[in-house]
Amino acid sequence: MAKITYIEHNGTSHTVEVKKGLSVMEGAVQNNIPGIDADCGGSMACATCHVYVKEEWFDKVNIKSEGEDDMLDQAYEPNKQSRLSCQISVTDDIDGLIVNLPEKQ
Amino acid sequence: MIKTDALIIGAGPTGLFTAHQLKLIGLNCEIVDNLDKIGGQCIELYPDKPIYDIPAIPECTGEELTKNLIDQLKPFNIKFYLNERVEEIKNENNKWVLKTSKSKEFNAPNIVIAGGVGSFEPRKFAIEECKKFEDKSIFYSVKDKTIFKDKSVAIFGGGDSALDWAIELSKNSKVTLVHRRNEFRGSQSSVDTVKKLEKDGKLEIFTEYQLSAVKGNSSIENIDIKHDDGKIKTLKTDYILGFFGLIMQLGPILNWGLNLDKKTIPVNTENFETNKKGIFAIGDICTYPGKLKLILSGFHEGALAARGCFKYARPDEKYRFEFTTSSKKVKDRLGVKE
Repeated sequence: MAKITYIEHNGTSHTVEVKKGLSVMEGAVQNNIPGIDADCGGSMACATCHVYVKEEWFDKVNIKSEGEDDMLDQAYEPNKQSRLSCQISVTDDIDGLIVNLPEKQ
Repeated sequence: MIKTDALIIGAGPTGLFTAHQLKLIGLNCEIVDNLDKIGGQCIELYPDKPIYDIPAIPECTGEELTKNLIDQLKPFNIKFYLNERVEEIKNENNKWVLKTSKSKEFNAPNIVIAGGVGSFEPRKFAIEECKKFEDKSIFYSVKDKTIFKDKSVAIFGGGDSALDWAIELSKNSKVTLVHRRNEFRGSQSSVDTVKKLEKDGKLEIFTEYQLSAVKGNSSIENIDIKHDDGKIKTLKTDYILGFFGLIMQLGPILNWGLNLDKKTIPVNTENFETNKKGIFAIGDICTYPGKLKLILSGFHEGALAARGCFKYARPDEKYRFEFTTSSKKVKDRLGVKE
């Protein structure tokens, strides 16, 4: 289990325990956290599970998948901190991870 | 007014196979899709990506799967209405009357929504100000390229559409290509061409920049683009083109009085009917306990929804289950000679 905090664009924060082996996207969807749509279900075919990972965590999560940046080009307001949460695996190393959600997907 | 037994919304794999099922049991159907081609997400999102979990097909791409489904429909004469979206529905004497974005009207006892995750629409600029200029000075697709002649055009994006239009418009316009990162995802040959054009002074490229402000009243005067490090550049530009790919929106379906669970439509798993009589939802757009967003689930859901349609299309007949291997009637429908 890893504790993950999802902060909505309006500041509402949700901290949940997510099982190892799931993705950060699945952690949000299974806990009904608003702000992550995940239209394609995690096949990296859309950009609707877009999150911002703060600098202090950015290097701790697994690196971007091939093609992830191509999908992020199509996200709403992507920046250097952008990731697709379906491509971030939950491990013990990211216990305490904080991600910020964009204004919309 | 086009009369049919079932109107299918969505020409993805689920919609296509459902058309096959409807025709096998002797019902007519027509298919409407907002995209300009058949295949849904398979064609729009992953035409070249291999799929490994279609029963009895060890491996095929989205494009191959679509082609096979279309081939399977060959015995039947099914009409497709592409580039067209169902906007409104209303109930008249237990039939549904549907109106499309091209003002076409359908009358059918059944609607089968196989709409995936909604209709595809261009991703737009996040800046509020852009709305004011949309379809006047800001475009997300090019309909008439002649308007850009001898004008300055700022093109945003890193895919093939952005690159192709940068190359094309650089012939007669002052083009600036702006992309949020250094790598372009478009084809290598287009990237090479664009870089060569930049070297030859035919166009300008700014990477790690994004649009930050648009200024002007009736038309755009200039725009600000902001670098990742915060530096701002002001560019004089007449037109802006944005190519950020497509996003999916549920669109008008939201207004049809259907029960919704987030972006999906709850159904009963006996016949995939929604809370509205004669409206069925199948494939990625439907939800029920245990729902899997797999193409194979869509096929199953479509087969049952087709039987559900029978009841309303042929109220005086009784549906009889038949196999394609043995039923003469079904073989006749398929045009199979014994």
